[in-house]
Amino acid sequence: MRSVSIIGFGCTQFAEHWCKSFRQLIAEAGIEAMMNAKIEGKAIEALYGGSMASGRFVGQEHIGALIADQLGLTPIPATRVENACASGGTALRTGYMAIKSGEHDVVAVGGIEKMTDVGTDQAAIALGGAGDQETELFHGASFPALYALMARKHMEEFGTTEEQMAQVAVKNHHNAMFNPKAQFHREITVQDVMESGYVASPLKLLDCAPITDGAAAVILCETEKARKICEQPIEIIAAEQASDSLSLAGRKSLTETMAAKVAAKKAFEKTGLTAKDIDFAEVHDCFTIAEIFAIEALGFCEKGQGGKFTEQGKTALDGEIPINTSGGLKGKGHPVGATGIAQAVELCLQLQGKAEKRQIKDAKIGLAHNVGGSGATCTIHIFRALEGKK
Amino acid sequence: MPSDSLPLIWRKFGERYDLDGNYCENCKTAYFPARQVCPKCRRRGKLVPQKMPKTGKIISFTEVFSGPAGFEHETPYFIAIIELENGTKLLSQIVDSEKEKIKIGARVEKVFRKISDIDPEGPIAYGYKFKIRE
Repeated sequence: MRSVSIIGFGCTQFAEHWCKSFRQLIAEAGIEAMMNAKIEGKAIEALYGGSMASGRFVGQEHIGALIADQLGLTPIPATRVENACASGGTALRTGYMAIKSGEHDVVAVGGIEKMTDVGTDQAAIALGGAGDQETELFHGASFPALYALMARKHMEEFGTTEEQMAQVAVKNHHNAMFNPKAQFHREITVQDVMESGYVASPLKLLDCAPITDGAAAVILCETEKARKICEQPIEIIAAEQASDSLSLAGRKSLTETMAAKVAAKKAFEKTGLTAKDIDFAEVHDCFTIAEIFAIEALGFCEKGQGGKFTEQGKTALDGEIPINTSGGLKGKGHPVGATGIAQAVELCLQLQGKAEKRQIKDAKIGLAHNVGGSGATCTIHIFRALEGKK
Repeated sequence: MPSDSLPLIWRKFGERYDLDGNYCENCKTAYFPARQVCPKCRRRGKLVPQKMPKTGKIISFTEVFSGPAGFEHETPYFIAIIELENGTKLLSQIVDSEKEKIKIGARVEKVFRKISDIDPEGPIAYGYKFKIRE
């Protein structure tokens, strides 16, 4: 059975990059990934680029060819992949399948969003498109409003508190202190979050991931070949994806994300692993409540207990299951199309023992959970470290 | 903005003015908005037009303080997920109601209101909002 491994990765600084354009950012991440993989451009057979709303953010569609051109990789097939905030995770899975199928041996996968060339009102419209345009955004349901509706229901059903949600932001800002590429290097307190003002109650400004510019890239290679050319290949042992109703009103439940549960279940079944076997995870904390939903869907804690689990410190760097060691979307930043690939980069750094001050001891198996919209798409990837060439 | 489009506003009259949805006679499930195919029965489904009930209850709500472009003059405003009497759910603004009465489980009824007026030269979109039932 063919298997797929990551042999190189790169990631730009996550920030408000007023001096860098869309094409500069993706080229920077792509070049870093190719240098890290120690391969030449001519070895790359195909390219997949994830971006959620490049059309709305920078007026540019057709970014597959643009990225190939900027990296000097034409005429290889180059394709854009879009699944809202899960565009990166979906691009990764698409690249994985291209190798798994036998069609290609070496593939480049990137993710990018350049969000600060428009104002926040226009960014809100672009991001609102991740929900249902006709029945949600039309009625004034901003993206934070959708997660606020989920948060309120979770609070009512399970007694989750605003302070528990705040703990997610506090932890992720703390982790980001140790990630030089993170957007924020500033500790915050529960009180800071509580006093930060409602965006959509019960969610406050510091419950929300920021607007960020950034790009990330990985080089995928068939595993037998990867073992010969790479010292520390990272094998992708599961790449799963599931879908759900685009609108919240169309969901069976407001207090769980079915797509995440289904994708995680398939990933665990295929690998024979359980949540207990995962050493650490990067999850999609676009809002603090989203991390609570994620750890419940992944089975790291019981349904409804995500708030308490976080409050008890079990998801901290030194906790039972460290979550978002990179700082997550909240602390590291959330250039939406880049996020799924940036999660993969963090998994690689941890599994290669290169995560410096945020390094998890004996990290052998990591999981990435990337969500599109309010949960209508979810990708789950599980990685493990392999022995490579000596 | 696509939501400013005159043809879009026009073709949504039934849905947004009168809560026109549909109903599958095979599995006895109502759908709003109307669907092209019953997701449970697929080809065995039999969809017929049906108007949704105009009353229901709040499943969850939020007060939005920072809305998307076109809603600035309305902030803060309430958004809720509402379960109608027939079990279908929809998202809507809650208006004309005392703030203290907007809670999970509160009974609501449909009203007809202006939804958005983004372009001063463009069409005005009307549709459903809900208010607390006294």
